[in-house]
Amino acid sequence: MLGIVDYGAGNQTSVRRALDALGLSSTISHDAETLWACEGLLVPGVGAAGQAMQQLRATGLDGLLRDAAKQGKPVLGICLGCQILLEYSEENDTRLLGLIKGQCRRFSPDLKEEDGRPAPVPHMGWNTLRSVQTDCPLLSQVESGAFFYFVHSYYVDPDPSQIIAQSFYGHAFTAIVGHEGLWGVQFHPEKSGRPGLQILKNFSAYCRKEEHHAQ
Amino acid sequence: MLSKRVIVCLDVRNGRLTKGIKFAGNKDIGDPVESARRYYEEGADEIVFYDITASAEKRGIFLDVVSRVAQAIFIPFSVGGGIACLEDMHAVLDAGAEKISINSAAVKNPQLIAQGAREFGSQAIVVGMDVLAVPKTSEIPSGYEIVIHGGRLHMGLDALAWAKQCQDLGAGELCVNSIDADGTKDGYELTLTRAISSHVSIPVIASGGAGCPAHLLDALTTGQAQAALIASIVHYGQYSIGDCKQYLAEHGVCVRQTW
Repeated sequence: MLGIVDYGAGNQTSVRRALDALGLSSTISHDAETLWACEGLLVPGVGAAGQAMQQLRATGLDGLLRDAAKQGKPVLGICLGCQILLEYSEENDTRLLGLIKGQCRRFSPDLKEEDGRPAPVPHMGWNTLRSVQTDCPLLSQVESGAFFYFVHSYYVDPDPSQIIAQSFYGHAFTAIVGHEGLWGVQFHPEKSGRPGLQILKNFSAYCRKEEHHAQ
Repeated sequence: MLSKRVIVCLDVRNGRLTKGIKFAGNKDIGDPVESARRYYEEGADEIVFYDITASAEKRGIFLDVVSRVAQAIFIPFSVGGGIACLEDMHAVLDAGAEKISINSAAVKNPQLIAQGAREFGSQAIVVGMDVLAVPKTSEIPSGYEIVIHGGRLHMGLDALAWAKQCQDLGAGELCVNSIDADGTKDGYELTLTRAISSHVSIPVIASGGAGCPAHLLDALTTGQAQAALIASIVHYGQYSIGDCKQYLAEHGVCVRQTW
């Protein structure tokens, strides 16, 4: 069972629908005990960092995520849920969870694409991964060259040791961040077709394996 | 690099497609959910559903279609037709759509764009513009006028000025539909597409007139659009989405080719 963390700032149902389609059982919950009983946690999120952190603190789920990271319970943050794993965001001058070293920065408004055309913010649409750490379990059976669906105005700028894959929009930026068991993806795997579903499947398989080891 | 998008448009009336779609095997499919699933599997980057249901009572049927589509496809999709207030927007987004497309309601009440963008974020608000070529006047300096009700009602609004206003109000994208080109299969209205694309910084979706993959290429290069909307060229089995994308890739356009 995967836990989808419901802190009132998310696209929980679209993540849930994707897991359903994969035949993976999940629960959407804001109850710490229910979530702690899950094999792994998915942290969705759309909206602004400031409000998301406020809601996380108000529900006490910030503590749950810190405990999860400390005790090695697998966590996958999606989009804004990925950004809040870092230390600080320029968006609303927000202190984040601090589980991964680094910051979130806003895309500059005068970016240019590789072909010289303007790259308007938000970065919205399908993009590829590059400079990928191919041994990351999340990327198992994901073809190189696969496209993922992004919608964001801020991007994570982590400690280089935490970069798993980059993407390019005006400049290279981090698309997958973290380390084994604590990951964030800037794109929406639940809206990225088959490669996105594969990432969710891989996360679930990782969680199951870890749970098995623990028992 | 961000890819250009190929977006498939489906017209829905009373919960069914207005015309059956011929997929491989010449089987006509009238179910919007099944058709969406097929296009998802064939590599559509996005799907747009237009609800052309006449009556408000049938709205529930359409929302049911939206929620069933959300369970069947895992790419973004948008919904347009008959959306006139924030409540309507809420309903389709709650049912699982990523984006809302508003057209005549935005022309009549431009603040709807700002309200939607504030409530749901700009990325969720697409403004559809129906445009007709007219003689240049002081009122319509570009020679492109905004029309509604399928072109029957001229709004005395210059398309370029309206595009800019939509962007300033918080629209995330513009879907520019040429009434002149729509249904001709002679290609998109490239002068219009390019004029609007170069006038705003938000993405422009070219709409109306696609007859073959080369027309998509024109819209995405000469027309400078970020996305091309297609309907009949794939609905009647003339071309597949794969054909369109292969052609675009062969001509140097970055498109999503694996899915």
